[in-house]
Amino acid sequence: MNTTEKNILLPEGSIESRTTKLNLGPTHPATHGVFQNILELDGERIVSAEQTIGYIHRAFEKLAERKPLYQITPLTDRLNYCSAPINNMGWHLTCEKLLGIQTPKRVDYLRVIIMELARIADHLICNSIVGVDTGAYTGFLYVMQYRELIYEIWEEVCGSRLTTNIGRIGGFERDFNDIAFTKLEKFLNEYPDVLTEFENLFARNRIFMERTIGAGPISAERALNYGFTGPNLRAAGVDYDVRVHAPYSSYQDFDFIIPTGSTGDCYDRFLVRNQEMRESISIIRQAYQKIQDIKGAEGGVFHADVPEYYLPEKKDVYTKMEALIYHFKIVMGEIDIPPGEVYNSVEGANGELGFYLISDGGRSPYRLHFRRPCFIYYQAYEELVKGSMLSDAIIVMSSLNLIAGEMDG
Amino acid sequence: MALSNEQIQQRLIEKFGDQVSHFEEPYGMLTFDSPKELNMKVLQFLYDDQELGFQFLTDLTAVHYPAYKGRELAVVYHLHNLVANCRIRYKVFASVDQPDVYSATKLFAAANWLEREAYDFYGVNFVGHPNLIRIQNVPEMDYFPQRKEFPVEDQTRIDKDDEMFGRGGSFDFGNRQADGAPRQISEAEKG
Repeated sequence: MNTTEKNILLPEGSIESRTTKLNLGPTHPATHGVFQNILELDGERIVSAEQTIGYIHRAFEKLAERKPLYQITPLTDRLNYCSAPINNMGWHLTCEKLLGIQTPKRVDYLRVIIMELARIADHLICNSIVGVDTGAYTGFLYVMQYRELIYEIWEEVCGSRLTTNIGRIGGFERDFNDIAFTKLEKFLNEYPDVLTEFENLFARNRIFMERTIGAGPISAERALNYGFTGPNLRAAGVDYDVRVHAPYSSYQDFDFIIPTGSTGDCYDRFLVRNQEMRESISIIRQAYQKIQDIKGAEGGVFHADVPEYYLPEKKDVYTKMEALIYHFKIVMGEIDIPPGEVYNSVEGANGELGFYLISDGGRSPYRLHFRRPCFIYYQAYEELVKGSMLSDAIIVMSSLNLIAGEMDG
Repeated sequence: MALSNEQIQQRLIEKFGDQVSHFEEPYGMLTFDSPKELNMKVLQFLYDDQELGFQFLTDLTAVHYPAYKGRELAVVYHLHNLVANCRIRYKVFASVDQPDVYSATKLFAAANWLEREAYDFYGVNFVGHPNLIRIQNVPEMDYFPQRKEFPVEDQTRIDKDDEMFGRGGSFDFGNRQADGAPRQISEAEKG
């Protein structure tokens, strides 16, 4: 028995094979979520990667087959929980498409504000986490207070912060109060400068550039073949954005550009997300202006007139007969949905979030399928990291904006 | 370049004749189906054709229709032509006893996990898939949980049906007799 064998206990065959297996996840802090990568390493180079997901699968599609429409909204919260309002509103828009509900303009604009705030909240987390993974913690802490401000705005509107369950089919549960608008103004005034400072910290930072340029690149053709959408596709140079290609919630009323990159690497993804945050701020400003311009009877509208699906106000339930009836019917889930088959998608923070809803005329969907963007593009991970260093694997993972809740559905 | 639903339909009929059928336009999206053996031919044609160019696979999923005897499982493809900005929906049906459908992984890398998911939940056997194993559920699972015979509620309960959710009687939700016939709940059992 030689010295090596005596002193070091190595698994069978590990000396003969030249590669090492490394389990990155499911509970590794660098994965930022519960999913696993089994990396095969030759030294520090990645030979192959195998992704395992499903650790937090909660069978939302199955559960949705037993729930009335309004009870499915809290399920969508838990898909991409970094930008829950987009999921909520994507679901409401799907229901409205199926039911043929026209929402008033003011509702659309209020929704746009909330959705763009969610996009900012999501992108700033993703980008600052890329910073953390390259060794810069400051940016993360700095922007976190503005995510807090966004959460406070949501709190004023719907009462909750992370899993928001914001809005109802047809609009919002209540109008925005003054505190919400004041906080929104504060955000619009302060955040652009913070974002500039954040960018200054990273965009031309030598270390950051060395780490991210050329890390995990993907060509436009491969990205399309892999079903990439959202900022990851745009970083590869394809200007596909659901907000422009199939405008929902009156996005056609706004002026904004679709930022694109060219190489599809981590640096481009970072720049695209930063630029998108600027566009989102501009969209929020325009929407806020449009809301202020709506005067008169339309000025206080915050939901469409759809008594069969929109829960009436509580004080009406106590005093008005119809309100009581509709309240009972909605809460007990006794409203039949018209039969139909509808696919509706919104531009989620990390790609096209689609809802494929089949109704057979029952009270809950016959089949509901969520097109979850990061479930689809995470397949490309092996191709992105093959041949690169172990430390790149971490940045690629965080810059793809992988959210375990969305992946597992 | 605008691409209308009529154009797509005409082009498909020119190529495949009456093999492609059931053209519908629910909420503006052209929907059609074909025999399952043709699925790769149709997808390849939609991909390669100069005029059509549906080169982006938005979504792939399965649906279980226990009432359609002999064609219980539907595989639904959502395709997108990003240049003309046009979406279509394409379906193939397979029987639940022999759910073999050709895999689209050669054409779309995105189909890989989507097909694994459809296999995981509905048991659609994608022929030619490089790695057809379960993706969300544990590998030891020996049934396909999103099929309609598995109700969300505890299957052993017979005192409940789906009356409150609009599906009373139309599906038995697992309350079957030994020979597979739906089980009738007697008044005594309802209590």
